[in-house]
Amino acid sequence: MAEQKPLANRNEDEFLRRRRRRSIAIALALCTLVAIFYAITVIKLGPQILVRDL
Amino acid sequence: MTYADNHSDTSEALPLGQVEDYLALLKPRVMSLVVFTGFVGMLVAPGTIHPVIGFIAILSIAIGAGASGALNMWYDADIDAVMSRTLNRPIPAGRLTGDDALYFGVTLAGFSVVVLGLATNWLAAGLLAFTIFFYAVIYTMWLKRSTPQNIVIGGAAGSFPPMIGWAAVTGTISIDALILFMIIFLWTPPHFWALALYKKGDYEAAGIPMLPNVAGERTTQNQIVIYSVLLTVTAFGPVLTGLVGWFYAVPAAVLGVIFSVLAVRVRFSEGREMKRRARVLFTYSLSYLFVLFVALLADVGLIKWFGVL
Repeated sequence: MAEQKPLANRNEDEFLRRRRRRSIAIALALCTLVAIFYAITVIKLGPQILVRDL
Repeated sequence: MTYADNHSDTSEALPLGQVEDYLALLKPRVMSLVVFTGFVGMLVAPGTIHPVIGFIAILSIAIGAGASGALNMWYDADIDAVMSRTLNRPIPAGRLTGDDALYFGVTLAGFSVVVLGLATNWLAAGLLAFTIFFYAVIYTMWLKRSTPQNIVIGGAAGSFPPMIGWAAVTGTISIDALILFMIIFLWTPPHFWALALYKKGDYEAAGIPMLPNVAGERTTQNQIVIYSVLLTVTAFGPVLTGLVGWFYAVPAAVLGVIFSVLAVRVRFSEGREMKRRARVLFTYSLSYLFVLFVALLADVGLIKWFGVL
């Protein structure tokens, strides 16, 4: 029996769906930022990255 | 029990914006032009840049441009709500709040400037920061609503990307970078005034002092012709400085003459026909800038990478 969910429930489903998509988008943005900082570090330092004079 | 309970009685305005709405805040179409001109500025600049660093720089410029778009939509939500062209933007349409856009814009602005500085140099980052400030504060908050010269001065914000790209590679601003700036700077007024000529009613309703509303159509048309001619001449700047050769000069001449002819055709027409011609000029001006920069890139590319010309 395909009964329609009450409006409140449908709204909640939509809310959760949006929050999930938003979380994924923020996660992707953060991962990109990490990758960018990693790339900048490696490229700027070059081979020097292995030199660790203490 | 759940976060949604408090809002379950409103069927339309859910408390969370969609990812797409946030992307719309970045003004993707403006961003594409910024990315393109910034990219060309970077590639025609003397010197080399690591491809990954170049990519990060372009990304930063794009995000910075997007941030200014978000700040613009935050501040302009009231006038966006009365213009047909902007009525469906996320804030006037009720899909995001003004605060959402403000925080989003400020965050992206900060990150884009810092990342550009770390990846390239702080001159480029400073120029990007100034561009965002110029667009969001000088143009949006101040000039847009107070003077019919709004887009002439505001156009400077859109003219910076090739200069930022240039500075990212060279660490300096040379005469060539200034010429690229001037080309877009002179291109902006005829481009937007053509739009304003056939969308006059919209701006009137929103109370924005665009030139056609304030100074009349005839003055606007005259100004369009003046700027078109200045643009056509300035577009030859890179040839004079020796940045490019005939491979750029020929298309620049052809494109410029067409631009000026279309501008003159707008000048000598009235009513409906004038609006139609203004629309033609507006559409053409977009392809003009695109093809001109492609020619610039192709010319420099031929010299730089193949040693031809």
